[in-house]
Amino acid sequence: MLTHAIGKRSNKVKNLVERGAVKKFAEAIGDLHPIFVCEETGKQSRFKQNIAPPTFPRVFDYGIIEELNLPEKGLIHGEQIYHYERPLHVGEDVHCYCEVKNYYERRGKSGEMGFLLLKRYGEDLEGNLLFTEEQVVIITETVRREMMV
Amino acid sequence: MTTINELKIGECLDEITLSPVTRLDLIKYAGASGDYNPIHTIDEEAEKAGLPGVIAHGMWTMGNLAKLFTPFYEEAFIEDYSIRFKGMVFLNDVITLQAELRDSGEEKMNFKVKASNQEGQQVIKGSVVLRRWPQS
Repeated sequence: MLTHAIGKRSNKVKNLVERGAVKKFAEAIGDLHPIFVCEETGKQSRFKQNIAPPTFPRVFDYGIIEELNLPEKGLIHGEQIYHYERPLHVGEDVHCYCEVKNYYERRGKSGEMGFLLLKRYGEDLEGNLLFTEEQVVIITETVRREMMV
Repeated sequence: MTTINELKIGECLDEITLSPVTRLDLIKYAGASGDYNPIHTIDEEAEKAGLPGVIAHGMWTMGNLAKLFTPFYEEAFIEDYSIRFKGMVFLNDVITLQAELRDSGEEKMNFKVKASNQEGQQVIKGSVVLRRWPQS
């Protein structure tokens, strides 16, 4: 159903690791550690600045893949894998994009399920990789039927 | 514990037990993350999706679990963080976060991580690889 989207990529979008967004995110996961939110702690740290929590890239805009039309509801998040070259710095710009790595279908307990593998990338402005985020999204039979209408 | 280097294989970081999950927790996470899927905040939408009530964002639990490692940022950073979402988290659930050191080398430390509910059921599980900063 989505096999035509495999290999497709979005255009890069420039995102800012914004101080206020980092604070709000750290608060929402109950981790208001000074390394994320206190400027003085950041300056004294090995990073010489504040950093963002590892799951913060959730907030970035990764652009749009035209071939990928997913419904808003009914998707199941199966797996999530982050890889970092280094922590993200508060105040830096990150170029983000997304790629469809794979799609396949398997018969399970509740019918034919779709498995979508998305990979998201964050690079610095020189094009060096900062992080990747891989996500497995499970599309149930009910949702698949709705998508085919 | 003030340093992670003292940790031996088979030992755990100090575990954290979260306060019972509230709707406000999930509304805050929706706002902070931009994930406004209503099954996480509105009962009727959760019920329409066949759920007994709203469930936490899987990423909320994953985000929480990472804080076990935050105090050690001067020694090592999270290089890899892999999670499989196993079970749902409902309002009033009490979630406990745990990390056990499985392997340790000069450059990296491997942890098995999990979050469990008050019944002892794992809701997420996976691994964290910490990379030590080079000695300067």
